[in-house]
Amino acid sequence: MTRKKQAATAARKQSPEPVLSATSIVKELGRGAGTVMALKGVDLQLIPGELTLLMGPSGSGKTTLLSILGCIMTPTSGELTVAGTKTAGLSPDELAILRRDHIGFIFQSYNLFPTLSALENVRIALDVRGQKGYEAARRCEEVLREVGLGHRLRNYPGNLSGGEQQRVAVARAIVSSPSIVLADEPTAALDGENGNAVMELLARIAHEQDRSVLAVTHDPRTLPYADRVVRIEDGLIVGEERRPEGLDAPEITDLTKRRKAHA
Amino acid sequence: MIFTLAFRNLFHDRIRLAVTLVGILFSIVLVAVQLGLYLGASRMITANIDHADADLWVMPFGAKSFEDGGLLMGSRERHQALATPGVEQVTPIVVRFSEWRKPAGGSTRVVVVGSDAEEGAVKPLSLKNGTWEDIKAPDAIAVDETYLKDLGVDKIGDTAQIGPGRVKIGALTSGVRSFTQSPYVYTPLSRARALVGAEGSDLATFHLVKVFADQDVEQVRANLLSRLEGAEVLTKQEFRDRSLRQWLFRTGAGVALIGGALLGILVGTVIVAQTLYSSTKDHINEFATLRALGSSSGYIHKVILTQAGLSAVIGYVLGMVLALLIVVASQSTPLPIVMTPQLAAGLFTVTVLMCAISAVSAIVKVTKIDPATVFSR
Repeated sequence: MTRKKQAATAARKQSPEPVLSATSIVKELGRGAGTVMALKGVDLQLIPGELTLLMGPSGSGKTTLLSILGCIMTPTSGELTVAGTKTAGLSPDELAILRRDHIGFIFQSYNLFPTLSALENVRIALDVRGQKGYEAARRCEEVLREVGLGHRLRNYPGNLSGGEQQRVAVARAIVSSPSIVLADEPTAALDGENGNAVMELLARIAHEQDRSVLAVTHDPRTLPYADRVVRIEDGLIVGEERRPEGLDAPEITDLTKRRKAHA
Repeated sequence: MIFTLAFRNLFHDRIRLAVTLVGILFSIVLVAVQLGLYLGASRMITANIDHADADLWVMPFGAKSFEDGGLLMGSRERHQALATPGVEQVTPIVVRFSEWRKPAGGSTRVVVVGSDAEEGAVKPLSLKNGTWEDIKAPDAIAVDETYLKDLGVDKIGDTAQIGPGRVKIGALTSGVRSFTQSPYVYTPLSRARALVGAEGSDLATFHLVKVFADQDVEQVRANLLSRLEGAEVLTKQEFRDRSLRQWLFRTGAGVALIGGALLGILVGTVIVAQTLYSSTKDHINEFATLRALGSSSGYIHKVILTQAGLSAVIGYVLGMVLALLIVVASQSTPLPIVMTPQLAAGLFTVTVLMCAISAVSAIVKVTKIDPATVFSR
């Protein structure tokens, strides 16, 4: 484990206050006879300085949970607290403000604006926050350099590789210094090398910038980068494992045992 | 960034942009031509009234317009008017439809306008060739050069016949069109009386009243009305309005022109609305991403409205260029189109409003965005 990771782990021990807390989250999708219970009472907390992986098979409720944690979807029942603010009863615009102030998103398909350059794609994240002008541009350049794209500032998404596009998306997610970064299958569209590069970046963001990073994934290549792995199945959290100190990856095998015990 | 995003969204799909701009362009041209024709017609209808040096017009009851003044009035009204306190001058003029017989055969209707210009009455507008002195020569008249062919004559000096009298082209005006398409024939008062069958009389269609500068026009009008029986007294503005009402609305011509302009606005709105809606639909995932990033709905609305505004400005410029070319080309026709700074400014306002209204459907679409769609791409 690197010195920085050790420092971050030490910091978490001193201040384990969760930045996001979800309690008994239930989500029903559809109406009437076609109603599906996507989440059946999920509890989850995100702590600063930690990269958490949310893993599970297709249809297990990963993306629904991510949408709820990101204040994009509202739960049918349960309580969600983001950066000390309870989300229950907030209007769509109030939820948007909460997202804007505390959450950065990374999407599987990058969701970049094809008509904007890499720099402009990052700048728009500050623009919606009312941050404009030279300082905003300088900050965006700085973040793009941080993710290794200092030489691609003026390039449009169409001229960037998948890995580069995802790095632009990462830069866009962190440019406003959110306390929480939520990533939906960040490596799904990338080859091994680019996938590793993006995960390394997310781990750095969590550890060096003391943010909570939650990545929904079913990609086993991401495991070595996780501080914690949460497994979800059929709308329920069925296992959770932390990286023991001194190890490079969580002991995933334990999860299987827990899952069996849960069953 | 709002402008950049709107601009890029707009220019990203050049074909759709072209369709939008063509829609706005034709809408602008249609509205400009229709309203330009309306203005042109209005000017033609009121030109003689506007150029007459009169504060008040005395006319027989029921006079409908400058060309259709009804029965001729005698000199009694003139003398009564002259005796009214506050009246400085009363000038009779004759305006009548009459038959113009072409030298080579055939006939057409003309409007004979008889006045003595020295007395400050109706003067022929925009004399191009010749002077009022030339018109005072025996049998002389002035007509507009636009109508020479319709009148069967070519140049100054050519002769024809109006009613019982022979006339000779003594002068030519330029740009004096008639809404009724019956050309104005300007001539001195006494000759006009002869041409309309009232030779030697002191009959007149209108009496033009000039009020002393220090007198209240309304008060003088009230004095005139108390003295004149069987006559109306209108201000210049009232007579303009009455003439416009007669020719533009009672004949339906103005309604058709305004209706055409409204149709142009409607067509333009529909085309712009359709293209903006489809553009918004194509970019819906980007708008959903913006929403997920925490943008306010107002921010997204501004992007759409900026797109609409950009379309409006570009479409307006292109439309106005084409409209101005048509305006220039129409100047030599019997029905010239008029473009004024006010009309140009009004058209710009209409275009912006049209595009803003068009953006409503796109805004409604965007308002219903579920930001959760960002995870389902």
